[in-house]
Amino acid sequence: MLVNIDPSSRTTNRKIHNSLGLGLAPIGILILLIVPTLIPPYYSYLLATIFTTALLATSLNLVLGYGGLLHLHHGVFYGIGAYTVAIIMTKTSWPFALAVILGPILSAALAFVIGWFCVRLRGLYFGMLTLALGQLVWAIVYRWNALTNGDNGIHAIPVPDFLTSTSSVYYTTLLVLLLSLLILYKITKSPFGLTLLAARDNPVRSESLGINVKQHRLIAFVIAGFFAGVAGVLFVLLERSVAPSLLFWNKSAEILIMCLMGGLTVFLGPTLGAAILVLLSMIVGLYTEYWLLVLGLLLLILVLFLPQGILGYIYEKIKGRRQRGGSLDASN
Amino acid sequence: MDIATLSSQLLIGLSRGMIFFIVAAGLTLIFGVLRITNFAHGSLYMLGAFAAYSVSTSLGHGHYGFWLALLVAPITVMILSLIIERGLLRFIYNRDHLTQMLLTYSLVLIAGDAVKIIWGSEYKSINIPEGLRGSISIWGASLPLYNAFLLLIGPLVALGLWLFLSKTHLGKICRATATDREMVDILGINSTRVFALVFALGGWLAGLGGTLIAPTTTVSMGMDANILIYAFLIVVIGGLGNIWGTLISSIIIGMGEAIGVLLIPSVSIILPYMIAGILLIFRPSGLLKSVW
Repeated sequence: MLVNIDPSSRTTNRKIHNSLGLGLAPIGILILLIVPTLIPPYYSYLLATIFTTALLATSLNLVLGYGGLLHLHHGVFYGIGAYTVAIIMTKTSWPFALAVILGPILSAALAFVIGWFCVRLRGLYFGMLTLALGQLVWAIVYRWNALTNGDNGIHAIPVPDFLTSTSSVYYTTLLVLLLSLLILYKITKSPFGLTLLAARDNPVRSESLGINVKQHRLIAFVIAGFFAGVAGVLFVLLERSVAPSLLFWNKSAEILIMCLMGGLTVFLGPTLGAAILVLLSMIVGLYTEYWLLVLGLLLLILVLFLPQGILGYIYEKIKGRRQRGGSLDASN
Repeated sequence: MDIATLSSQLLIGLSRGMIFFIVAAGLTLIFGVLRITNFAHGSLYMLGAFAAYSVSTSLGHGHYGFWLALLVAPITVMILSLIIERGLLRFIYNRDHLTQMLLTYSLVLIAGDAVKIIWGSEYKSINIPEGLRGSISIWGASLPLYNAFLLLIGPLVALGLWLFLSKTHLGKICRATATDREMVDILGINSTRVFALVFALGGWLAGLGGTLIAPTTTVSMGMDANILIYAFLIVVIGGLGNIWGTLISSIIIGMGEAIGVLLIPSVSIILPYMIAGILLIFRPSGLLKSVW
């Protein structure tokens, strides 16, 4: 049997810190519920964009942070979820509810197919195959004019009346995000999630303990694909249009940056990363057209000086202080 | 479709494969020795093309512009690579793949906007040099002379790399570093200098690829993204770090693309990815043995 020694898990001693920030969750949720009544609609839209992106980044982190797999092309599942809704709503007379359900399911199905091939590979080869197959999906979407409208994308996608106002979109995305985060959090805490961590940290030992590493990774991949599809559906609600650039690899790189920025080792890290990137791109966009340059410089600084991410860094500091306090107590 | 059309299309595909090879060879070299996935490789290629544009237009589109660009542009990119390696990369050699990738990806973002700032966002082009215009006929198939020139350059680069890696002292050190870096250090050879050398050589190859492609296409922003994915796929299909594997897979991808254009134009951009996907599924570790 092929043994998965994953070079990306070289930082094997990195732990997943789940608890951080969750204590503040009820207050945060309360604020988020009230906030749209106090701010202009544009900011509600911005927040809804953050919610959607946060879900996308968190779903990637199930594979990347928890699974330790170099998944380089997660944007594909996001795009397929969005395109499914777009195509059903513009080309068929099927009900909206069906479109919303089929979006994530098709994403998960695609994740199963791509994942089935990828989980047999290790490390960088895993990443390269996700890249190759993801770009294949992009190329199909880009070229299949009759179905996807090719380069132009699909615009003015009809949605039910109750989802046309900014505030209803806001509350929908918020609700879906919270529910999805809860489910994903439960998954990371479940025996399945812990096994996934074990397989990340020591695949060889996990195998010899009788754990089917590939199967666990495949399941994680499919779950991540599903929730990326959910995020894709939210994207359609928000923008009412889709374009093939959603599936191009640099979109996926952006998601990777969000995960790294917030911290791969903290459950809410990708959420923070998504919030920062969406806000920054908006703010920087006001002053200059060179947002990517700013992002590049930011990423450079991040990689060189804060590789554990913002939340990861904060957590390490808190933990370090606690440990120092603890050892003092022991010496007394 | 007659045989002549098919074979001329195949020859064009082959000549595109040569450019893929030159770019991918740099990537695979960096990969094999430094063990870094260099996302910025496509950007170096793009910078090579833009530098070539600047050099050749500074001579007023004259006859010698291209030849001077062929000399100067790759060297410019090589110097830039050296700065990147000494200034940034050498600090992250011990990090995981993701961190290394994202560092080089940050250079992709920076280079993309830098090109926009320096050269503007309109399309640019370089004339094919005087002596290489027109076309020749090979076994009844007509081939633009410039593509025939590429067909000569590709094998020359391959030969040069092979001679360098297997016959020179420095090349042998490079290969030794790829195989066992620690042992090289123990033997008193400064392996990080080897890293710098290899990264610079890789940058030179990327710049050369960019210069060579410039007369055949429009020089534009965004040319980094496409070549990068192709180069990655080629390197992985060929077997990481294996120059000959890279040559074979470059030819496969170049020809595959050309056949796709001829047979079913609407799916031609799908074909290289499909070939790569299938090959990776059946031979996950590449066609030839990787160096490590």
